[in-house]
Amino acid sequence: MRVRVKLFATLGMYAPGGESAKPFVMEVDQGTRLNALLDKLDIPEESVRVKFVNGRARKWDYVLEPDDEVGLFPPIGGG
Amino acid sequence: MWFLRINMKDRTHQLTEVPEKYKKLAGRSLTSNLIADEVPPLAHPLGPNNKLVFSPGFVTGTSAPSSSRISVGGKSPLTGGIKESNAGTPWAWKLGRMRIKALIVEGQPEDKGEFWGLVIGLDKETGQPTLEWFDATEFTGQDAYDVYPMVFKKFEGRRVSVCGIGMASEHAYGNAGVIFEDMSQNPSRFAGRGGLGSVMGSKGLKFILLDDAGAPGVEIADKELFDEGRKKLAAALNEHAITKPKGGLNTYGTAVLVNILNEAGGLPTRNFSRGRFENAAKIAGEAIFDGVKERLGEERYNHACSPGCIIRCSNTWYRKDKSEHVSCVEYESDWAFGANLEIDDLDTISELVKLCNGYGLDTIETGVTLGVAMEAGVLPFGDGEAAIEMVHKMGKGEPIGRILGSGTGTAGKILGVVRTPAVKGQGMPAYEPRAVKGIGITYATSTMGADHTAGYTIAPEILAVMDDLDPLSKEGKIALSRAFQATTAFIDTSGHCLFIAFAILDIASGYQGMIDEVNGVLGTKWTADDILELGTEVLRVERKFNEAAGIGKQADRIPEFMHTEPLPPHNVVFEIDEETLDKVYGEL
Repeated sequence: MRVRVKLFATLGMYAPGGESAKPFVMEVDQGTRLNALLDKLDIPEESVRVKFVNGRARKWDYVLEPDDEVGLFPPIGGG
Repeated sequence: MWFLRINMKDRTHQLTEVPEKYKKLAGRSLTSNLIADEVPPLAHPLGPNNKLVFSPGFVTGTSAPSSSRISVGGKSPLTGGIKESNAGTPWAWKLGRMRIKALIVEGQPEDKGEFWGLVIGLDKETGQPTLEWFDATEFTGQDAYDVYPMVFKKFEGRRVSVCGIGMASEHAYGNAGVIFEDMSQNPSRFAGRGGLGSVMGSKGLKFILLDDAGAPGVEIADKELFDEGRKKLAAALNEHAITKPKGGLNTYGTAVLVNILNEAGGLPTRNFSRGRFENAAKIAGEAIFDGVKERLGEERYNHACSPGCIIRCSNTWYRKDKSEHVSCVEYESDWAFGANLEIDDLDTISELVKLCNGYGLDTIETGVTLGVAMEAGVLPFGDGEAAIEMVHKMGKGEPIGRILGSGTGTAGKILGVVRTPAVKGQGMPAYEPRAVKGIGITYATSTMGADHTAGYTIAPEILAVMDDLDPLSKEGKIALSRAFQATTAFIDTSGHCLFIAFAILDIASGYQGMIDEVNGVLGTKWTADDILELGTEVLRVERKFNEAAGIGKQADRIPEFMHTEPLPPHNVVFEIDEETLDKVYGEL
């Protein structure tokens, strides 16, 4: 199945084009958990702080579904 | 330590030692207590009985990291309630080093057209503050970017810092900030919210310059404890991914929040009618960083707004010809002129920020009011040129500009707009209450009107700082907002920038460091419970003033449309009822 992924801020370096916030599609197996994307993208787990799936913050054990939209953020803040 | 009172009726002054009652107060706790004690709650904000108080925090002027904040307090012409607005600037650092604990501006001249400049220095022999006056009328009616260099030129050779007001304040708008200089002497650091610039203008005071030559610096009761504290705090700031050098804030600035709020469906778009902006990535902090890199041919990390800052979050936007356009494009400003108006061009957004700085307008209030004006059909959504033209009309005092300059709540009434995102008349900042419940509770109940900094629950609700809470759930959010409001009242008292919270909420030794610093300066033995109680007491004092001013719990409400219009993409309303909202201050 396919999921759409966006990597933000400093995580952009792990995206296929190296660009932040630019969506790309990944092919994953049914039943894949969110944390499996880390291995596929070679992202150290500790560099990710907030994980969104379809606009909701999720935990690493979230089971992905077809066409899910994933957004991963490093620790960021502002105001 | 001094209390310096200036009476603008006759430009006399009174210098006294700090009264016993106020010795353990500073920053927001001092400005709010002085306003509550000395300003009649029903006084007209622009009349002779209102006062304007400036106070540096406990550690402002010391070597404590990220602590050059100045609190400005008064009765707000925007909300009609008590107001504290603070800024980071070298001016704050100097006032702290000159040992002026409170500068209290009172009265007003009988002739309405008078504008004065004041230079505060120190007597070489006695160390006491001295005052020089100059006629500032010649500096009125002009852009602050033109005026500030003239003022620095006039006092060439002296180490002055400038606080002033712009044309918005000369027009007595509800939207008018107090302007402070940044590290490059630009008029860009604002105590922006609540119209306090107009309070200063109503007193005929155009500038307050500080010449800190010979300043003794802040008196520190227990140097060892203070040093221990500042080292702990500095270590936390240098370690945390958000606040460390080349970390999130230093790299991308506060506008790094654009994408995450958009992803969460909480980025107010098109005057708070949606929670996502399809072109968010084009205006995000990452786009600013990349855009600057492309235009200058090299990476640029951000700079400090004031002396001694480790976080250094202030960015600069450059034009295509590599000349500096404006510093700083904050998240709030970026959003207010960007997603909120459906403008996706950083050059246009930067121009709007610069115009606001030049005219002395608050960027949040301006952007939110423009959103309401767009809703009313005064100008089209997404039209950057029309927005620029409208801000000129505001600055120049044209009739439609005066309506918009009155602030979001008033402008919404005049223009007949139901979807007016304001609480207590003050325009809402860059987080959607329907999609982030805790911040909605803060907007509704804060003594300041809709103010994100008053209780920044975004940290645990969106950023996973301190905790990892669901922003769409109302569970536990009343207590959360209350705790954040009280803690913030203390941070605004300490003199620290609120952004230290990202590090100290995650790193306990940093939190203790902040407390140690304050105990070191004051010689106190306050605990974490004590500082929370001090913060809570500030809220009680502010709340009491507001109630006496006619702003009670009926004003602690989110606009009706947010209760009835579902917000895409999550299609949620703000469902927290009145009784529940009243618990924030009811159980304080």
